[in-house]
Amino acid sequence: MGSLDFELKEIERKIEEINKFMKSTGIDLSGEIDTLKKRKDAIQATILSESGPWNRVLIARHKNRPNYKDYVEGMLEDFMELHGDRNYKDDGAIVGGIGYFNGIPVTFISHAKGKDTQENILRNFGMPHPEGYRKALRLMKQAEKFKRPVICLIDTPGAYCGIGAEERGQGEAIARNLLEMSDLKTPIISVVIGEGGSGGALALGVADRVLMLENSIYSVISPEGCASILLKDSSRADEAAKYLKLTAKDLLELKVIDDIINEPAGGAHNDIKMTVDNVKEMISKHLKEIMAKDINELVRDRYNKIRCIGVYSE
Amino acid sequence: MAWKDIFIKRKYATVIIPKESSVKVKDNLIEIENLPDIKDISEVLEKEYDKDIFSKCPSCGEMLINLDLYENLNVCTKCNYHFRLDSKQRIEITFDEGSAEYFDENMRTLNPLNYPNYKEKISNLQKELEINEGVITGKAKINDKDICFGAMDWKFIMGSMGSVVGEKLARMFEKAIELKLPVVVFSVSGGARMQEGMLSLSQMAKVSAAVKNHSNHGLLYISVLTDPTTGGVTASFASLGDIIIAEPKATIGFAGKRVIEQTIRQKLPEDFQSAEFLLEHGFVDMIVNRKEMKDTLYKILTLHSGGDFNGES
Ligand SMILES: [Zn+2]
Repeated sequence: MGSLDFELKEIERKIEEINKFMKSTGIDLSGEIDTLKKRKDAIQATILSESGPWNRVLIARHKNRPNYKDYVEGMLEDFMELHGDRNYKDDGAIVGGIGYFNGIPVTFISHAKGKDTQENILRNFGMPHPEGYRKALRLMKQAEKFKRPVICLIDTPGAYCGIGAEERGQGEAIARNLLEMSDLKTPIISVVIGEGGSGGALALGVADRVLMLENSIYSVISPEGCASILLKDSSRADEAAKYLKLTAKDLLELKVIDDIINEPAGGAHNDIKMTVDNVKEMISKHLKEIMAKDINELVRDRYNKIRCIGVYSE
Repeated sequence: MAWKDIFIKRKYATVIIPKESSVKVKDNLIEIENLPDIKDISEVLEKEYDKDIFSKCPSCGEMLINLDLYENLNVCTKCNYHFRLDSKQRIEITFDEGSAEYFDENMRTLNPLNYPNYKEKISNLQKELEINEGVITGKAKINDKDICFGAMDWKFIMGSMGSVVGEKLARMFEKAIELKLPVVVFSVSGGARMQEGMLSLSQMAKVSAAVKNHSNHGLLYISVLTDPTTGGVTASFASLGDIIIAEPKATIGFAGKRVIEQTIRQKLPEDFQSAEFLLEHGFVDMIVNRKEMKDTLYKILTLHSGGDFNGES
């Protein structure tokens, strides 16, 4: 346990003691308690904002973290949701549609996590089935036809693992998106807003610009999964999180992503409006740059960018 | 199979002799006395056998003589179980003798995440297997038809895809564009290479982009799925062939069976994620026995010779 965690436990113990003392003696020490509570808040904020990768994992998964809905409401005007993959069904784990972004018509596609249990069940905790990816692809091809830029938000623990998902070709659905996005003839921006879980995240992440919120994570496998496979102990997830290099800063250094978007102190959940505004501003900036390119140049640059990721010697 | 058959079949086969038996040499002939009365030697062999001489079929349990197995392309002579082939064996049985030329043989894996023990793991495997990474790429001939190929290797960290595997495959597709050649990839992989983190995941996008580029040039890509093809490889180039072939009974899927069982809390049916299951659900074009693989590939290549293929018309 870190020294801050220890202090936090101490403060909680003291508050409890003082409360007991006040009850039994009738002496008012509420001023004392207020001071301790302030210190408690400060420590919690420090723990959350500490740069440790595991802390970022916790912030990225925070239940009050802004989700697709906050971005739709804060970034788009006249948003219209479009449903279904035209093959099997509509997958609630991915939301897609059209709307105005700074006055420009765009196609918006996002993984959809709920903020409460009921919505999470409806949205399968943001874990898509193949039809979710096929809906996304349908909307992207539509964007290409009508020359609209595509904005993708990534926020998923991963593609769903289940019988139906396999029967309907989860692998093929993700693969098809990677292939088609690599030369889609319209600008694409992807932003990791929360969890970027493996192939299920990448299926919305082949883009001209890939951005990440400061405390979001993007990983080939969950820290828990990595810990159980490579360290043979899923409780060592915090240790695995360090090895995986899943933070925005690490991934910028590895050239997997192109830019980092700042978050309010302690994490995006502390100020949803500020977070959404920051994301909107950064998307505007990058969209302006890529929309200025000739379409063939844009697609060529995207290909070269994807081709350059990787570290090896020869 | 009886004792006698083994000796008749292989002049020099060695067999574990049960303790109660004795061996004598008489007039240049070996005589074994007190052989236990068993119809099938499998029982004896199962307990203790020389792996240089025998292999046990994991499907039907038959004890197979390695030389027979080798001559039968590593397919069980009794039940048609397809044993896994490594990349060198695959190249040997698929392409015309001596026709293979290799690409990017000097590309080497680094440890970009400073993942503990990764470097050592890689260098130990390189020494042991005498290959550099989980895929061999190059150019070869199938009954005189030129193709570019990738052959993955399950022995190398389960054919997982790190930077080198992704880069070699992407370059091979690009080389095929330059040479105007079709591509055949034999996949076998557990998925992404965790030790390379997001760099590994990014290879899925990289190779898929190269497949699209190759496809945009009107060129043919045949994807052959072998046991096992799962995870990030299934979710990228392995599922993107113009024609997708699977070997019988190969395990092919996105998520691992154990992960699914944990998620849905029930046991999965035996044939779940088998090649046959994928054929039924429409994700592979055909299942082809290893013995017929080369001829099948050749037929497909020939059927695609109508246009600019291979510079002929
Ligand atoms: Zn067998």
